[in-house]
Formats: sequence, C-alpha cells, structure tokens
Amino acid sequence: MNIGVLALQGAFIEHEAVLRALGATVTQVRLAADLEPLDGLVIPGGESTTIGKLATNFGLMQPLRDFAQTRPTWGTCAGMIFLAKDIGIDRQPILSVMDITVNRNAFGRQIDSFEVDLPIKGLGALPFHAVFIRAPLATAAGPEVDVLARLETQQIVAARQGHLLATAFHPELTPDTRMHEYFLRLAR
Amino acid sequence: MTSNGNHADGAQTGSEKVKRGLAQMLKGGVIMDVVTPEHARIAEDAGACAVMALERVPADIRAQGGVARMSDPDMIEQIMQAVTIPVMAKCRIGHFVEAQILQALGIDYIDESEVLTPADEEHHINKHQFAVPFVCGCRNLGEALRRIGEGAAMIRTKGEAGTGDVVEAVRHARAVLGEIRRLKAMDEDELFTYAKNIQAPYALVKETAELGRLPVVNFAAGGVATPADAALMMQLGMDGVFVGSGIFKSGDPAKRAKAIVEAVTYYQNPEILLNVSRNLGEAMVGINVSAMAEGDKIATRGW
Repeated sequence: MNIGVLALQGAFIEHEAVLRALGATVTQVRLAADLEPLDGLVIPGGESTTIGKLATNFGLMQPLRDFAQTRPTWGTCAGMIFLAKDIGIDRQPILSVMDITVNRNAFGRQIDSFEVDLPIKGLGALPFHAVFIRAPLATAAGPEVDVLARLETQQIVAARQGHLLATAFHPELTPDTRMHEYFLRLAR
Repeated sequence: MTSNGNHADGAQTGSEKVKRGLAQMLKGGVIMDVVTPEHARIAEDAGACAVMALERVPADIRAQGGVARMSDPDMIEQIMQAVTIPVMAKCRIGHFVEAQILQALGIDYIDESEVLTPADEEHHINKHQFAVPFVCGCRNLGEALRRIGEGAAMIRTKGEAGTGDVVEAVRHARAVLGEIRRLKAMDEDELFTYAKNIQAPYALVKETAELGRLPVVNFAAGGVATPADAALMMQLGMDGVFVGSGIFKSGDPAKRAKAIVEAVTYYQNPEILLNVSRNLGEAMVGINVSAMAEGDKIATRGW
C-alpha cells in the first residue's frame, strides 16, 4: 500500500515513521505529480496558513481536491482545517471536501494546548491518549458525517465521512498506532 | 492566562509533550523576526509558520548598542492580535521575571536569547517551571543538552545574529550534527566520559545517541539572509529556519520572505531554488563575521 504524506510544512516525518512501521510504503508529497501512484494521503499538522499558501503557489490545490474527492484522505489538526467545508475565514485556502465546520485555534493559545484520554468510536474499549496543540474543533457536521469522538464538552474532535477522516489531535505524537491502523483499513 | 474553559476534565496543559509538540508542528517552516503588526501580516502572508515579536531586529540592536531587554508587552500584544500563527518573544538569558511576564501575556513560545543583554552570567532560566515552551540557542551538543536539561522544548543554532553572514550558523549546525554522528558510534562506557567532557546530563546524552538526533526540534538561526542560505541549513539537517534581520532589512521584504519559505519546503529541488532566488532585490548589507572584533560577537553569551 502506497500512502502519501503532504510534506509542505509541519510534522510529516512523524506520520511517515508510524505508517512505515505499520508496513506501508510512504511518499512525501510536494508536487502534484507525487499524488499519482497513491492509495491514500495524510495531511499532517503544521501551520494551516503556511500549508495553504504553499499548496496554492505550487498548483496543488485542485489536484489535492480531486484526490480527496475519490481517494482516502486523513487530515490531522491543520489537515482537518484543510479538509473542512467551512472555517469561517474566506481568505485562507482550503479544500472544502468534508462536510464539517471547523474553528481554528479553538482552545486559545499554546498555554491552552493539552493532552487527554479520549474514547474513540471504532478503536475498541481502551481510550486513546490524544494530544491537542493549538487545536481546531468541528462545531458542526453534516448528515453524511460519522462523529468518532467528542470531548466531554461535546465538541467534535474526530470524524469520518466515507473515505475521509479528520482528527483535531495528533496521533503521530504518541506510540499508540490504532488511529493510523484505522486509516490504513480505509485505504485498503 | 487566557484559557477559555473549553478543556475537558482530566486534561493536562503545559506538559513536556505539548511544549515539544508545538515545535514539531513548526518544522519545515520559517520563523520571522517582526517589529510591527504590519511586518507580522507581511510575514504571515508570505507563509511564515510563526513570528518573533521584538522592538528591534538584531542588526539594529547591534548598531544602536546599549542594554537590550524584553520588548514592551503592549507592542507584543498588538502583534499577537494581528496574526493567527504562533507568536514568540525574547527574554534575556537568566531573566525569569521577563519570562513570567511573557507567559502572563499568553505568548506561544519564549526565546531565552543571547541577542538581548544577559541578565545572569552563570544561570539560565529553569524552564521546567513554566507552562509556556522555550527555545534556546546553542553552539555545540553540550550547550544544546544543557538547555534541554533546563527544560528547553526547542533548540536553535546561535549563529551570529544581525550580521547576514551564515558562517556561524553553519559552524554551530555542523558541530551539533557532527557530534551526534560520533555519539552514535560510541559504546556505553564512552558515553559516560563523553557526557562529562561536554558537560551535559548523561540521560540526555544517552537518549540522543539512541534517537540519532536531539530529543527536541532543532532550527537554524543567525545570519540567514537568502533562500540559498535557508536551503543550505535544511540540507545540513536542520528542522527549519529562523530569519531575523535578513527579511525586513532587505530591499523587498514580502518577496524575500515568500522565497525563503519556498526554499525551506523545496530545499532538495535545485530548479525551484533557482526560480525563487531570482530578482529578490537587495539582500541586507551584512557584516563579515571573520572581520569582527571578538567583543562584538554575541554567540559567546550563554553558559
């Protein structure tokens, strides 16, 4: 299985390491041509404004949108913002492929970043240790969207819509590989 | 602090994981020095992954002399309000009260920086005491691991800030990365002696040997002025780049800032590096480090 990791900016090496350890072939994606052979794509955490500008300047927006419309794509943190239909900011480029409304930096500044044990639908009984860094939240999800996890405050932090997956936290920063395994099952 | 109460029960803030984690999200990016909200917006529009808010860029601190201190919190706050990307600010080496003030302001990262005049000639800040993460400069592996031992969640080379001469950043990057390569070949007996010789905590020396890299993110800083300089630091093995005076002391800051961001992403692609290097206008004039008096160098600050 050949999985791409969007490598414009951010924590792409961490995703790459987990996916390789699970047996996937991993390609770093920086240009549209890199998308061709892929079975799935991970859009990592990083600064969503930086990733959006680089994707625009190097002609990646439409190829990424086309890819995400048909092939398995997972966005973590900045990647979740990138997948969303609506982020309430017109000037920031996003793919608008997933029926979720996302609020950037929803918890405040870095001092409000946190880690917490989170029950996630589809990962079994054991909670997942989730790391949130200047994280976004989904404030609304359409009827096609399956909400996988909510905080105790009921806000949505993991969701799936068919072949699309979004998490507000960073499974690539903890040793638990269940979230990556979940995505590889989608891409199979 | 500016918590908005969205946290669930049992959530833990200010942990080592989240402090080091933000630096991981900055990797492959460019952090730019800015002195006004307008600069900050230019940096964000160019694709900076964070900005460093300060009253004077290092080239001006150098030119004007005097004691360089933490910037006015009001000025830093205006920059925090101008952009959505993380905002960093500098405090003096050892000046833990300046750090407390920056934390109370809600800054995203503190740079305990040799660019400002040191407040303590023996002790750095005990950074474990803070919920906000710190980045610190280093010239070699021992200095990097001492800072991490004190709680730094991110490391950068010192370089020679405000000169536009990349030679010192290269020296410091090669020193750290070369020492790590040698470390990987050592047996356990040698690691004990090596830790003693470089005055670094043994546990961190061992962890670095096992990981084959620093346990935290490691950026280049000090003297980066062109896209080629930035790509050079990336090819040497750094995780990202700080640009201080190099952007806003140049002829066309917006264009140069964008070019440096693109050079850091496509650092292995000479065709793209060629294109982004064209017609950038005048680079900062700069100072040749080899012609500087020893007393004028700031990289030697820090212990």
